[in-house]
Amino acid sequence: MEVLLGLTGKDFTLVASSKAAMRGVTILKATDDKTRELNKYNLMAFSGEAGDTVQFAEYVQANVQLYSMRNNSELGPAAVASFVRGELAKALRSRSPYTVNLLLGGFDPITQKPTLYWCDYLASLAQLPYAAHGYAQYYCLSTLDKHHHPDIDLEKGLKILRMCSDELKRRLPIDFKGLAVKIITKDGIREEDWVDDKQVLPA
Amino acid sequence: MDSLVAQYTRPAEQQEGYFDEDQLELSQGSPQLSLKFALPPVANSSAWLRAMTDDYSNPNCPIKIAHGTTTLAFRFKGGIIVATDSRATAGNWIASQTVKKVIEINSCLLGTMAGGAADCQYWLAYLGMQCRLHELRHKRRISVAAASKILANLVYNYKGMGLSMGTMCAGVTPQEGPALYYIDSDGTRLAGNLFCVGSGQTFAYGVLDAEYSYDLSDEDALELGKRSILAATHRDAFSGGFINLYHVKEDGWVKHGFNDTNPIFWKTKLEKGEFSNVTSELV
Repeated sequence: MEVLLGLTGKDFTLVASSKAAMRGVTILKATDDKTRELNKYNLMAFSGEAGDTVQFAEYVQANVQLYSMRNNSELGPAAVASFVRGELAKALRSRSPYTVNLLLGGFDPITQKPTLYWCDYLASLAQLPYAAHGYAQYYCLSTLDKHHHPDIDLEKGLKILRMCSDELKRRLPIDFKGLAVKIITKDGIREEDWVDDKQVLPA
Repeated sequence: MDSLVAQYTRPAEQQEGYFDEDQLELSQGSPQLSLKFALPPVANSSAWLRAMTDDYSNPNCPIKIAHGTTTLAFRFKGGIIVATDSRATAGNWIASQTVKKVIEINSCLLGTMAGGAADCQYWLAYLGMQCRLHELRHKRRISVAAASKILANLVYNYKGMGLSMGTMCAGVTPQEGPALYYIDSDGTRLAGNLFCVGSGQTFAYGVLDAEYSYDLSDEDALELGKRSILAATHRDAFSGGFINLYHVKEDGWVKHGFNDTNPIFWKTKLEKGEFSNVTSELV
């Protein structure tokens, strides 16, 4: 029951991931960070098979950075997304595929537009205004369908994310230990101080 | 002829009250009407039923049970809102887009259908009959608690035999006020303020939970019920068709239409700017 959520607004992209690291019936860690910064404007959140996730994310992270060292230019969000999908598709057709689902949050410094890419372990890629992976899809997409608009500001974006987080806390049978929230803007990536001490109960 | 007449007539005074055998049947826990079913000539009927109908483990199973639904009901200060979609699916086939999933048990009691269409239809009709019999016997309408318990006990009697239903009973009675119960074929029976049942339940919960409050106005509550079903028909492949809306008030339920989801979706998208991931232009 890993949670990955992403949404874009007028001038930002929000990426949230659950903080629980679970193995079987045990929560091993309650402050897990399921994201990696690929470069200044690109963040990748991941969920899926234990082991595969971090291996793949750090492989991608290293190669995105290697590219910018060799060519003296940063990859934009679309280029990063295509590269990641390409690597995932290549692995999928090998003996050891990566079973990893991804959200790629980014901000394009050239067009000054926020971006969000959704990619599953079968390497299908889609650019979306808002996206989720896992059970969060079932509980949050209807909320996002209703409340999301492309030109919302950060305050409204965080308010919508709070609605999603509350719904998950209310209805998911397993505690996912709250969300770690990252914000990507023209100034780069920063972590939001996400206060999450309120108990939410079904009506 | 005389023997025939003797067999089928009874003295007038005996018609009052219950007969001994009726008394006996009533005092026994198990239901007594129309419950003689022909069973397949196999050792374990529930395992056989599963083998014949389980689409998940065997896609070639010979019987595809109609499944997949979104139904919701919630209590608020103005009564109870009951809303459903209208799609019936059998495997990947849409069997109908015009199913009435709200069953009008009497002028103050509603039942909803989710799960096996035949099971729900049959047993809610049976429940309707039992409620009418209760009314005739006791000269007052049955409480929602009692009606839901008839159904819960009934399905519990058949537990493990393959019944598949998730229903809600909503009604208003003088003794209880507005009451809402959830009953499923496992035998669960819960009273509560808000339930969504069916394959689209999570999507309906997503919209409903975010804006639900007990102090909603009648218009807002009807709109929220409708919007929650719309959300589920949009995201769940096994929900769709029409939105069936009811409002249960103190003096009985009021129907608020059986409306096609398609125009409602486009109206919601184009006028309110929701569903921003759906494009309305040809690319």
